[in-house]
Amino acid sequence: MLPDRTALQLHQQAAKRALDDAGLTKDDVDGLFSCGEEWSHALQLAEYLGLRPAYVDSTQVGGASWEIFVEHAVGALSAGLCSVALLVYGSTSRSEVRRRGHDGASGARGPAQFEAPYGLTLIGKYALVARRHMHEFGTTRRQLAAVAVAMNRWAQRNPNAFHHGKPLSVDAALQTPLIADPLRRADCCLRTDGGGAVILTTDERARDLRQKPVHVLGTGEAISHLHIAQGEDLTDLAAAQAGRQAMQRAGVGPRDIDVLQTYDAFTIMVLLALEALGFCGRGEGGAFVESGALAPGGQLPTNTDGGALACSHPGTRGVFLLIEATRQLRGECGARQVPQAQLALCNGIGGYVSSCGAVVLGT
Amino acid sequence: MTRSDVWSHHLPVIDAECAPFWAATRQHRLLIRHCHACGRPHFYPRHYCPHCWSDDCEWRPASGRGRVYSYTVIHHHDAPPFKEMLPYIVALIDLEEGVRLTSSIVEATPDVMHVGMPVEVVYEQITDEVTLPKFRPRL
Repeated sequence: MLPDRTALQLHQQAAKRALDDAGLTKDDVDGLFSCGEEWSHALQLAEYLGLRPAYVDSTQVGGASWEIFVEHAVGALSAGLCSVALLVYGSTSRSEVRRRGHDGASGARGPAQFEAPYGLTLIGKYALVARRHMHEFGTTRRQLAAVAVAMNRWAQRNPNAFHHGKPLSVDAALQTPLIADPLRRADCCLRTDGGGAVILTTDERARDLRQKPVHVLGTGEAISHLHIAQGEDLTDLAAAQAGRQAMQRAGVGPRDIDVLQTYDAFTIMVLLALEALGFCGRGEGGAFVESGALAPGGQLPTNTDGGALACSHPGTRGVFLLIEATRQLRGECGARQVPQAQLALCNGIGGYVSSCGAVVLGT
Repeated sequence: MTRSDVWSHHLPVIDAECAPFWAATRQHRLLIRHCHACGRPHFYPRHYCPHCWSDDCEWRPASGRGRVYSYTVIHHHDAPPFKEMLPYIVALIDLEEGVRLTSSIVEATPDVMHVGMPVEVVYEQITDEVTLPKFRPRL
């Protein structure tokens, strides 16, 4: 038992010892393989260790996870996705039980203790991002509302969208109640039920399948922090290096993209993504959206199913980005079909602008 | 319910790594970790420096002065104790020492708030164990 240590400290100690033993340093590590009980485990660990890995695997399948990590690491290393993979684990579960009993006493543990006492809500964290963007670039509440309206216009073309048949104007969006100023209800995603799945296979195998395949042309992933105070520049979506990487690997640029699916749990997330992915300049996201670029008929059709703001949001929406992009590339989208859609970018964002995974899909 | 019950979900479970921080706030002092190896401060406090991984770190008193990096006025919260405080202000504070922390802004109304506003630390005792550092406008 190590009652005077925290689990994170034990991760750090193990990592340091292993790297010392191998003759490597912290700065050599670019792949992190670890999992815990919480969805936030990898974010918490990377934040604590001060790492910004370019490859992360927090697959949680119980006791076999670590063996699986080895296989994943071999694959990632062989493919050149990372050069030094750190597999690391730490736990004080026995001491925890001795301290607290089995009843799971509440309270803010670890780094959360410096955030939880202040009542900062999930929406409040995005509000901090929005406020900073407004301060730095003059972004307006109307421009944020214009994001919600663009998604809503797509929803009017999608009979399965939650807000189908419920059109929204900028003025109406600005009349919705403040939740965490400057964000209003219209700036926030829906809360719906839902589900989805995607099948990936090899090119060779895909040739024999019923559907003409959509090809994965490039991917990228990144994480930066867990607690919002640990994000260095809240207007720079650090995680969006993933999007740039995905496009680079696919050999394409922002101008080549026919349709964009980007995680829009809050309107501000779309502005950050547009800027970070290079669809407009830094700080120009608001004006870009106000020009009508994202809406039907615009230069960058975005979240063509209506997105999290107007179609669906069961909690984590990443799979729907892939599904809608695939449908667009197959030409199955009916009233919302983007003509000659051949190249799509899916940009998932997670946590508190904390994580990003990007996939370029092509016909 | 006692004050401690209402707050229990939201208060720190004080561990060995952070105990000196909370011991200091009880005495109305704000401590920040500094690394001797690379010379950089960090927050939240860690045993090892997140910048260079050295464990040659020490606690140093901070000035308690800083500026608002960003802020939000929370208008919606489902649960006590925050539900009863609505609307309230939460901010990210850049301390003069070069670290950023999350805190409340007190003694200020939303209309006076702005990014870059100078603030200074004040202390609010919540329980016998926990005194929270909060910030008010600095004139």
